[in-house]
Amino acid sequence: MDFMVFQYPMISVQACLDGVLLGILFALIAYGMALQWGVMNIINIAQGDLVILGGYIAYFMYLYGIHPAWGVIVAPVIMYFVGIAIYKLVINKVVDRDLFISILATFGISILFMQLMNFAFGADVVLANSDYGTTMLFNNNVVLPNSKIFSAFISILFAICLVIYMKKSKLGRAIRATAQNARAAKILGVDTEKVYAATFGINAALCGVAGALISITFTIHPYMGLPYTIRSFMIVIVAGLGNLPGVAMSGMGLGVFEEFADYILGTEFRIGSVFLLLVLILVYRRFKLSRKREYLK
Amino acid sequence: MKDNLILYIGILIFGIAAPFIFPAFKVQLSILCVLIVLATTWNIQGGEMGYNSFGNILFYGLGMYLCASVQVGMFFPLAEWTESGGEKTFVHTPTQFFQGMAVGLLVAAVVPTIVAGVIGYSILGLRGHYFAICTLGLGVAAGEISGGIEIIGAGQGFTTPPFPDVGSLDSRGEFFYFLSFFTLVFTFIAVRSIYPTRFKLILNAIRDNEDKAEAMGIETMKYKIIGWMISAFFCGLAGGIMGGLVGYIDSTDVAFDGREMGVFMVLMAILGGKGTLWGPIIGATVFHIFKEGFWTFFLGWQYVALGVLIVVIVIYFPEGIMGWLREKYPDRFGEVVDEKDRKAQVELK
Repeated sequence: MDFMVFQYPMISVQACLDGVLLGILFALIAYGMALQWGVMNIINIAQGDLVILGGYIAYFMYLYGIHPAWGVIVAPVIMYFVGIAIYKLVINKVVDRDLFISILATFGISILFMQLMNFAFGADVVLANSDYGTTMLFNNNVVLPNSKIFSAFISILFAICLVIYMKKSKLGRAIRATAQNARAAKILGVDTEKVYAATFGINAALCGVAGALISITFTIHPYMGLPYTIRSFMIVIVAGLGNLPGVAMSGMGLGVFEEFADYILGTEFRIGSVFLLLVLILVYRRFKLSRKREYLK
Repeated sequence: MKDNLILYIGILIFGIAAPFIFPAFKVQLSILCVLIVLATTWNIQGGEMGYNSFGNILFYGLGMYLCASVQVGMFFPLAEWTESGGEKTFVHTPTQFFQGMAVGLLVAAVVPTIVAGVIGYSILGLRGHYFAICTLGLGVAAGEISGGIEIIGAGQGFTTPPFPDVGSLDSRGEFFYFLSFFTLVFTFIAVRSIYPTRFKLILNAIRDNEDKAEAMGIETMKYKIIGWMISAFFCGLAGGIMGGLVGYIDSTDVAFDGREMGVFMVLMAILGGKGTLWGPIIGATVFHIFKEGFWTFFLGWQYVALGVLIVVIVIYFPEGIMGWLREKYPDRFGEVVDEKDRKAQVELK
């Protein structure tokens, strides 16, 4: 336990700013999860592993001398096709089935990806150095790496583009129709199979962007996927499906929570505190819902 | 029941004779017994009650740590033991070892049961995927947190007391084999005695439609907690045995290993057939043989194979071996089949 964070206000400011910038990235991943959850009713445990895979794409560009920021363009394109491939091979067989089946199937994909990445890229913690420098604020008391600001900016840009795409384009309208009522959409001539594939692809592409940004700002490791899945799941259940401002807000809230947990409890309990928070949120939600049920009685 | 008695006696005799027939496989057979215990008890709340949990690993890891800590802590200071790591400054005499093991296993079984009872009320109110993800989170959180606690070894792990020198070299393997085998027999008898009761029917009612069960006047929450506690009891016991068998406890790779053991128990039950008495046992046996084959021949690629295996089993084989047998030979399972109806169904397919 370390309460230095409360004695020196500047550390709190630092933690808040770091948390918000990190939270925007989480919100981007959570947006992808909310999208496929809403459309296909599937919870993808492999979400975090798609993120890490996107990160490795950017890292490889960095190794071959290309600036890793270009990964933001390349990773989603590759990841889109990876997503479509996963959909065609596995997901389309579990879409209509029991939810537990889809959770278990994506868990299998997650283990598979984790190990394949471990073989392909090795078990070292890596990062793609972007050389963006840092920004000093408040009399040099708060240090913000420019890469974090860059990644937050890019995430917001992608989120806005996606929202406009969903509103205006034909495919976006088809996706929204399928989310509302898949059967009715089918009757009205929407090719739901294609919509599902596209949704999964878009989700994977979003994960790719987020992963590329994470590899620039933080570190990546083949086994670090599951916490990202849990974070995005948590953000989605706090915000609710289809509530985009809520996703952004709860993403930032989670980021700030994590930074403070990091300072107060110590880095070794960071991931543990995220998972515990998930349990607490679910338990809180259960008591809230049960109170509502009693009220109805 | 009558003709089954011969089967049970046959299995019992085989089980007692097995370590002498296959002396090289004693450790493997003990692990198989532990796996069967885990799969069978996962099946009680996963298969019969319909609450699919990834979090039974929590009780397994808790039992593992508790058993080893009690075994050490009864005779020596625990902190110094973990600090010395591999170098043994303290040595258990045989009496101390067995006494410690007995008390440790008792604690390892009872404490997880209480934990399950305490957290059960808040967690078992969740349904479906919320429950699955919540339990997954619990398991991982337990692993991460226990990896930060100094007194049980934190990141560097915890060495369980080595088996004392009682004369023969084979005695360690035989001791752990019979310990796990009799735990398996005890588990089987306990689970078997649940099957013909009203309690099992209530669990099935909860699985099939919880709201209707509640409307029929069943206190579903009470029975859900009892089912979860039964699972936790045997998981803790299995964990305690496994800790002694492996001889080394690491927070995320051995005890709270959601990636391995936590998925294995779900997978074994599904492979054999959820919601049947024999399914998890058959599933665990088949799975263990497959797994050992993978681990031997595809060394390094085993987790890739595991991932593929999970996906294939879940997509193409969700009913499991027992479900498949049931479809093929329904009359063996005491189901009366209307021949016309069956033909009509086949034609429809």
